[in-house]
This record gives sequence, C-alpha cells and structure tokens, in this order.
Amino acid sequence: MISSIKFQGGFIVSSGIAVITLSPVLFILASGMNADPEIWSHLKQYVLPGLLKNTAVLVAGVVSVTAALGVSLAWLTSFYEFWGRRLFEKWLIFPLAIPTYVMAFIYTGLLDYSGPVQTAVREYAPELAGLFPEIRSGGGAVMVISLAIFPYVFLMASSGFRSMGRSMIEASQSMGGGRMFTLFRVTLPMARPWIFGGLILVFMETLADFGAVSVFNYDTFTTGIYKAWYGLFSVNAAAQLASILVVMVLVIFAAESWLRRKQRFFNRGGHQPVSRKRLNGTGHFLASAFCSTVLLVSFVIPAVQLLIWTAKAFAVEFGAHYIRLVANTFFLGLMGTAVTLAVAVSLSYSARRRADLKTGIASKLSLSGYALPGTVLAVGIVHVVAWLDSRVNGTMDLLGIQLPGALLQGSLILLPLCYMIRFLTVGYNPVYSHMTRLTPSIDEAARLMKVTGAALISKIHLPLIRRGLVTGGILVLVEIFKEMPVTLMLRPFGWDTLAVKIFELTSEGEWERAALPAVTLVLAGMIPVGFLTFIGRNKRQHVPEG
Amino acid sequence: MCLKVDHIHKTHHRKLTVAEDISFVVEKGELGALLGPSGCGKTTLLRMIAGFDTPDRGTIAINGKTVFDRRTNVCPEKRGTGMVFQDYALFPHLTVMENIAFGPAPKNRKDLHQLIGITGLSGSENRYPHELSGGQQQRVALARALAPRPALLLMDEPFSNLDISLRESLSEEVRCILNEFSTTGLLVTHNQHEAFAMADKIGVMKHGKLCQWDCAEHLYYHPATEDVAGFIGEGSFIRAQVCPSGGLVTPVGRLEPGHPVMTHHADTPAVFIRPEDVVLDPQSDCRPLLVKSHFRGPGRRHIFELASGEQIVCTDHSRIPLEPGNRYGISINKRRNNHENNILCTV
Repeated sequence: MISSIKFQGGFIVSSGIAVITLSPVLFILASGMNADPEIWSHLKQYVLPGLLKNTAVLVAGVVSVTAALGVSLAWLTSFYEFWGRRLFEKWLIFPLAIPTYVMAFIYTGLLDYSGPVQTAVREYAPELAGLFPEIRSGGGAVMVISLAIFPYVFLMASSGFRSMGRSMIEASQSMGGGRMFTLFRVTLPMARPWIFGGLILVFMETLADFGAVSVFNYDTFTTGIYKAWYGLFSVNAAAQLASILVVMVLVIFAAESWLRRKQRFFNRGGHQPVSRKRLNGTGHFLASAFCSTVLLVSFVIPAVQLLIWTAKAFAVEFGAHYIRLVANTFFLGLMGTAVTLAVAVSLSYSARRRADLKTGIASKLSLSGYALPGTVLAVGIVHVVAWLDSRVNGTMDLLGIQLPGALLQGSLILLPLCYMIRFLTVGYNPVYSHMTRLTPSIDEAARLMKVTGAALISKIHLPLIRRGLVTGGILVLVEIFKEMPVTLMLRPFGWDTLAVKIFELTSEGEWERAALPAVTLVLAGMIPVGFLTFIGRNKRQHVPEG
Repeated sequence: MCLKVDHIHKTHHRKLTVAEDISFVVEKGELGALLGPSGCGKTTLLRMIAGFDTPDRGTIAINGKTVFDRRTNVCPEKRGTGMVFQDYALFPHLTVMENIAFGPAPKNRKDLHQLIGITGLSGSENRYPHELSGGQQQRVALARALAPRPALLLMDEPFSNLDISLRESLSEEVRCILNEFSTTGLLVTHNQHEAFAMADKIGVMKHGKLCQWDCAEHLYYHPATEDVAGFIGEGSFIRAQVCPSGGLVTPVGRLEPGHPVMTHHADTPAVFIRPEDVVLDPQSDCRPLLVKSHFRGPGRRHIFELASGEQIVCTDHSRIPLEPGNRYGISINKRRNNHENNILCTV
C-alpha cells in the first residue's frame, strides 16, 4: 500500500509536512512586515536596544567559551594519552543531560549572595566577600549555558579530528612541519567544518534558550517575546520581536546547510586512526587537571548539589502533586512522540525512493523546525490557529451555524503539533537511517513471494525499522520532557509539567523545591546521552534541548 | 650510500615480530622496493625509516647521518625524507599549489612551477584535491613529496588505488621523474610487476623477515629461499632424490650436479621449477596426466599431475592444443638449465 506510493505521493506527503512546519514562520514574518507602527515605535525605543545587546553578548560569549572548551578538550583527548583520557572522552558528554535552566538554577543557588559559597567566604575570609561577581549577570549566563552545551563542540570537534586519520598529520611532518605548525596549518583547518557545525548548534541553542536566561533575569529575545505576550498581552508585539529572531535563525540555518555540504569533501574515511602521543611530566598533569576541572564543574558539582537539595526536600515534595506532574509530562510526551514518529515514518517513506529535487527540498524544509526557538514557534502557531479559527467560524457563520468561538486555540492538540515541528529531526534521523536498509529490491523480492500491502509492512518493514522507531521515540520523548517555553506558553489550564514547575519554582528562588523535578529530568536526559556515548558515538545526531 | 638500515628489529606488544633483524642499503640515486604480501611488515619498516614508528633496536642512517640508533631518534620532520602516502593524504583545504608549497621552509616559485610541469600538473595549480582524478591526485602527492628536495623519497603503495592501466603508465613515468631529480627512493608494494618495473634493488619480505635483497633478475633466477621463489613469479615444487654420484633425480628427469644448494631445513629435497622451463617432449619417459589446459593468448598454460600426486605447471608457446585427460611427455629445458641455474634445490 504505502510502498506503492510513487514519486508524486512522496512529494505530496513531504510538501504537506513542510507547509505545517513552515506556516508558523511565515505567519510571523507576515505579521512582522505588517507591524503596528505604535507598538513598533515603542519596541524600537524601549525594548529592542536592550534585547539586541543582551542577546549579542550572550551568543558571542557562549560561542567563544564553548569553542575554547570544546576544541581544546577534543584536541587533548584525540591526540594525546594521559591519565583518565578514556573516562573524560565518555563523561565529558554528560553535561548535555542537564538542561540549561537546571544548570542555571543550580549555579545561582550555589553562588548567589545567600548561597553556601558566598556565605562561607563571608564567614572565613570577609575581606574577599566584596570581590564576588554577581552570578545573575551576562557573564554568569554565558558561563552556565556554556557549561551545559559545550559538549556539542567537543563531540563535533572530536569526530572532525578523528575523521582525518593519521596520514594527514604525518604528511605534514614529512614535509618538515613541527607540532604547532601542523596543528595550525593542518589539524585545525581540516576540522573547521566540524567545529563550525558544533558552534552553529551552540548558536541555535543559545539564541533559543529561554529557561536559563529567565533564571538569571537576563532579558534576551526569547524572554522578551514571552514578556510581550504575558506582560503587554500583545500577540503582535511578540510576533514582531519573533520575526527579528526568525531572520537571525534563517541566516544561521543557511550557513549550516552550506557547511554540511563542505564537510563531505573533507571526510575521507577509511584511514588508519591517529596514534595518540603519550604526554609526560607537566603536560600530563596539566591535561588531566584541565579535563577533571571541566568535568567537575560541568557535571559532578551540579549533580551532587542537585542530589543534596533533593534529599533535603524529598519528604515535602514527593507526593500526589509530583506524581501528577510526572503523569502530565509523560502524557504530553507520549502524545508528542506518537505524532512525531508518525510524521517521521511518512516522511521517511516519501524520501525512501531516490526522489526528485523538489521532494528533497520539501523534506529538508520539513526538518528545519529544530532551528526554531520555542518561543517563536509558540507565537507563530497561535497566529496560524487564530487565522484558521476565524476562517472556520466565518464559513460556519455563512452556513448559519453558531460556534463557541475559538476551536483550536487553547486546545490540547497544539502542543503535540509544536513538539512535532520542533523535534521532527530528532525522530527522523534514526527512523530514516533504518529505512535505508529497506532497499527497493527487498520489496520486489517480497512481491515475487506474494507478500504485499499490509503483510509487507507488518512482516518486513516494521521489523526492520523497529530499532529506529525505538531509538527515535526515546530521543523525542526526552526532548519533550525537557522542553520549556512551548509548553509554558501553550499548555491548557492545569497541564503543568516538570519543566513548567521548575520555571515557576525558580522564578521565586525556590531552588531546593525545584531539585526533585530537575533530578527527574536529568535522569531522563541521561538516557539519550548514554546512547550517544556508548552506542552511536560516530553518528552525527542533533540533540537540541528546549 | 644514501639509506642504510642495519639490524633493525621491532616487535608489537612483545609478541608479534614485525621486523626481524633487517639490514639493507640503497645507494645514492637508486630506487629500492620492499615487496611482500600484506601484513609482512614492509609498511612498518618504511614508517620506521620515516620516523613515524620506533624500532626496538638497530641503526638507520640517511645520507650518512644517523637518524636512529640506541641514543638518537630524530623526529620525522627533521629526517629529510619525503613521503607519498597510500591514500595520498593531500590536504583537502589547500589547492594543488598550496599542497605542493606546504611546509615551514619557503620554496622557490620557479622550482615549484618546474616541478608542476614535470609532474604534468600544469593548469591544475588552483584546483582542490577533490576536483582531481585519482591519477592526478597521485601526481600531486609525488610533486608534494619532491618539493622540499628530500634526501630520500619514501613511497607507501603509491599506485594501489589506481586501476591497472593507469598504474602501469604512471609507474614508468614516476621512474623517469625520479631519475630526472636523481632522487634516492624506497617503494613499498605488494605488486611484483610494479617492483620489477621500477626498482633497482628489491627486498622480498615475509613475516617480518627480509628474505632477500637483490636485483630483479637475481631474485627470479637465484631465489634465496622457498618463500622468495614462491612469491616471485610462478613455479612448482617437486620432490627429488640426491644421487650418490651427485646431481638430483626428479620425476621429470635427472638434473646434473652444479646447482646451488640453498637451504637445508627440509627433510625431503625438492627442486623449484619455473613453468617456462618445462617443455613438451614426446621422447621423454615422464608422461604425466594433463589436468587442465588454459589458452593464455601468447601461449598455453598446462597443469600436469605427476605419479606422486604433485602438480607441475608448463607454459607452452606452440599453438598445438592438448586434451586434458591424456598423457604427454615433458622434460626440463636442459639448455637453459645449464646456463642459468634457474633451479632452486632444497636439501
């Protein structure tokens, strides 16, 4: 049945999904162009300059810090042998399991005025107390977000370094290139597409980050959109801010596609792996110390602090209320995962037969939702829905039927749809990579043995792509668990999730009470990170977080 | 002398011996080749000369300067060697010109252009490696290795990624280019024809041992061991008996004394006979069964089975077809036998 959908069918499916994915963006851009001059001048005068400056500082800071951390760690663990190298290689990815907003409230709790660190300093070394920098600042936000997402750069740079193999480095040496000459003329330039790829992911994450900056009360575009939405009660103001953010994302998205094309030329697999050089003396000690420090600060300390808080608050926090939060999170997660996987499977089928250019473009556009910040997506989808509702109501009015008003607005259908748009890539990649094993000749062989239609799908296709479905399902589920802004802005009344609860508690400074939901999310986040570390290390995967 | 390798020894993880007491010399302007099946340790030996691997003991000297012994271990970038890698290892982010001009030492533009001309790369200076064909990439790899004017050029299976016709024409061309630069070189290959076509001296390696270091003709006609005889060209081992009067008795006929006796490890003596030395001889008493007969263009290749069950291969340039299943008379080409000593005896 599905397998006999040809060419045109493939294009119809993929372009339909592309329309769903792109409609929020198009509506936002349209409303950005039809800006209400009054709102626009207000925004331009009082809101925009601050947001632009803060967003620029944040993005520039996080990109530079993650570049420095990620590349240096990848370089050390790829080319040198020292104490703990294997351990660091695996565990330096684990900070990805901690959502940025969790990292943010842990460090705020630890380092702000009433936190244990400053209290201790005041007690034992009062002369130093005044020197403490304010954690709720641009610098603090840069540090905390960088600690949570530098593994993107680390992962990508590592696979870049590894893909070049040893002969490139030896070729440089055989032409008289010393260690530093080789590093700056061969190793780094050749890994550049990968490093840039990692940095672009970081760029997108930072631009989209909502949770961490709201913990710090540091206003960027995402929190600006949220405040315009709730504070000004102006969907239009929110949309205008969002349209500026969309333009930034589009530029980055174009840059990313261009870079990925370039990677192909640079990737010439099948080489002998690099033989690691043993460090000795000071170098050995420094390399181990550096990696240990980063691992400690980015994972061990936050995890321990979180567990301490959870232990303190467990008796009070664990109860019917918590169970209800988990149930909500699971329910929304499973709904979103089901929709996402269904779409991922249809898209994989449409891309399965080597399709023409337009189908390719349509699938690529369908998958572009991961670049969309959650706040933008929420504002956009509300515009789409409002438009649809008014159309439906208008038609019904003509027919003389009276409807209660908004049909779709505030309904539970919107959330899974948004999750699908945002996390389709995450679910699609594993499903599609398993789908490529289903070559057309398998269908033909089955047909010759008189197995067609539903039997073909249940007996041959499903067993072959099942692992892809499970992997994709787990990855999407965890992403939805951690998702904050879309859920926060679109959830129907009473549908609080773990992430939403963390937002509410941390905006009141209740770090201890937020610890139990946070631990739950971190544990869930360990599942896909574990996948990445112990199974799919070499596969390029997107694990964007809300 | 230009390259001197002296008693080089290396074991991997104290178990697998990859180089066992290897010694040889490549004279200035000569091209040497290391020939052997994959896994015989030839690439490791090349990498030890380049400085990418470290021997356990022994001495390596390039251009009279010791680069490795008990006390010294000169790093690869200071050894003055150039290298052509099996996968070429061209820098994908640099153009052809930038690849060739790569390195900390500044290069003379005129020299570079001359090099590009000689290697047949004119017009491709500003292209990127992925825009070139396999043969052109090979030329870039060669030009790049020659650009710093190395005292010694090392080549690791340089033609193995090319198809056969290109491989042959390029290997001849490379030989000419090397002559033009009077570069001393060492080539690693598993292809006997390549080694024969290019090298002045060839070393046959097996299981980390250098079985013989000699010119091509000597390897073929005077193989030092069974391994060399078996690896170079084709041939058959036939059991033989030593006569009290000297000489050997084989199922194919008697061999006169005077043949060099090479090794002494086998319990039963055997002779190694090249297919071109077996001739069809209707007068012969030895009439084995013809098992297979293939037409090979320039001649026919017949495989006979002797009474002992051993097989012997014969190439025949007459155009007479033979019927498998019949018996034919064969003997050993006496004329060549006396002059060339082309028979390896193991006693």
